[in-house]
Amino acid sequence: MKRVVITGAGTINALGHSVADTMTALAEGRCGIGPLVFRDVERLSIQIGAQVRGFEADGRYNRQQMSLYDRFTQFTLAAAAEAITQSGIMFSGELAAKSGVVLGTAGGGVSTWDDNYRSVYEEGKNRVHPLVVPKLMNNAAASHVSMEYNLKGPSFTVSTACASSNHAMAQAFQMVRTGLAPAMVTGGSESMLCFGGVKAWEGLRVMSKDACRPFSANRNGMVQGEGAGIFVFEEYEHARGRGAEILCEVAGFAMSSDATDIVMPSKNGAARAIAGALSDAQLNPEDVGYINAHGTGTAANDKTECAAVADVFGQHADKLMISSTKSMHGHLIGGTGAVELLACIMALRDGVIAPTIGYEEADPECALDVVPNEARYAKVNVVLSNAFAFGGMNAVLALRKV
Amino acid sequence: MSVTDKIFEIIAGQAVLETSDVTMESTLEDLGIDSLGLVESIFAIEEEFDITVPFNANEPTNSDFDISSVAKIIEGVERFLKEQAG
Repeated sequence: MKRVVITGAGTINALGHSVADTMTALAEGRCGIGPLVFRDVERLSIQIGAQVRGFEADGRYNRQQMSLYDRFTQFTLAAAAEAITQSGIMFSGELAAKSGVVLGTAGGGVSTWDDNYRSVYEEGKNRVHPLVVPKLMNNAAASHVSMEYNLKGPSFTVSTACASSNHAMAQAFQMVRTGLAPAMVTGGSESMLCFGGVKAWEGLRVMSKDACRPFSANRNGMVQGEGAGIFVFEEYEHARGRGAEILCEVAGFAMSSDATDIVMPSKNGAARAIAGALSDAQLNPEDVGYINAHGTGTAANDKTECAAVADVFGQHADKLMISSTKSMHGHLIGGTGAVELLACIMALRDGVIAPTIGYEEADPECALDVVPNEARYAKVNVVLSNAFAFGGMNAVLALRKV
Repeated sequence: MSVTDKIFEIIAGQAVLETSDVTMESTLEDLGIDSLGLVESIFAIEEEFDITVPFNANEPTNSDFDISSVAKIIEGVERFLKEQAG
C-alpha cells in the first residue's frame, strides 16, 4: 500500500474565491449566508443561502466555453486551476496516462435544466440550445477538468447526494493507494441555487428560513450553499521526488450504507463509517483531535451524528473537537465534503480549528465540544471528515499531519 | 365533501387505511404516519385546499400548525382557510 498526500487545494464558495480567503473566513467565523439573489426568488418560502458572489464567469471563460459550462463546471474549473497550480504537478507522458479525475456532484447542471425547462414549458419555445445535454450532464465538470489538464486515467463522477464529494475522494484515494494512479484530481462541486433547485428542497421542509445553527438546541434546518473544492491527491514518494509542498496525508476512509430509510439518518450506519475509517487508517480513537461534522443543522442529523460519535469514541468523545462549517459556507450538497476538507487541512497544517457559528443554546442531545462561535488554536495530528447522505449512504475520510 | 371528510381521506390514504379507521382523536403516530408521510400529508392538504401550511420538520412544535391529533389538524386547516381566503 502506498501513502497518499494532498499537494494541491483549490476552492470557490460563499466564503471566498481561493483557499487562502476561505481559510481566513473560516478562522474568523464569518458567515457566507445571506439573501438569495436570482430570478423568481420572491416565489420561494426559503430565501436565504450561501451564494458565491462576485464570480464573473463571462470574463473568465470565452463564448464557446460558456455554452458548455454550467455554473457547477465553472466553479469546478476555477477551483481545479488553483489546486493544480499550487501543486505544481504537470500531467504528461505516463503520469498523464495513469492519472485521472474523480469528482462528486449531486445535481450536476441544475441551472441548465432549470433554464431550459423554463424556456420550453413556461415560455413555450420549441427549441433548446444544441449543447444542453453536454452542459448539464453530471460528469461535465470532470470531463472538462480532464481535457484542461490532460488527465487520461480513470475518470468519472460520483453522485451520492450529500456524500458525493467524500465518496469521490475516497475513490481517488483508493486509486493512488493501490498504485493504480500516481496522482488523482478529486473533490466536488454543486450549484443548485436557482429557482427550481431551491423549490425542490423547500418541499422537504427541512430548510431554515433564517440561519444554519448546527448542534444548537434552537436549530431549525439546513441552508444551502454552492461552489467547489478540488484537490490533488498524490503518491507520497512521487510528491517528495518533485519537491512538492505536502498539505497533509489522507490516511484512510470507510463507506457504509444504513439500508434503513431514504431520508432519516441512522446512528449505526454513521458509526460504522466512522469506526471503519479509523480502522482503515490503523488509528485509535484517541488519536483523533478534530472531526469536521456533517452537521447539517437539521434536528435529525445533528443528534444522530453526535450519538454516533459518542458510540465510537466513548470517553474520548468529550475530549475531541467537532464543528460544522456548514454554518458558514452552507450545505454544498454534493460538493460539501470537498469544501469541508479545507477545514481539516487548516486544522492539521495551521492548528486552527474552524468554529460552529450561530451556536446559541446547548442541546443535551449534542453534548460534545462543538467549538462554538469562535475558532480555536490547537495542535491536532489526526482529523476526520464526516458525510452522511440522504439515501443512508455514508463516507468518512481520515487525514493525518505529515 | 366537508373539510373534515377531505382531511380524513387524505390522512387515511397516507396511512393506507380505511377512513373509518381514522378518528378525531387519532395521532399520526397511531396511524403509522412517519415524518416523510407527514410532509406528504401536508403537501396533499395544501394542494386540496389551495392553502400554504407553514411547517418546518425540524421544529414541529414551534410551527404554526398543531399536528398532535386529527382534530387539531382540521382546526388548523380551517384557520388557514379563513386567514388565506381571497
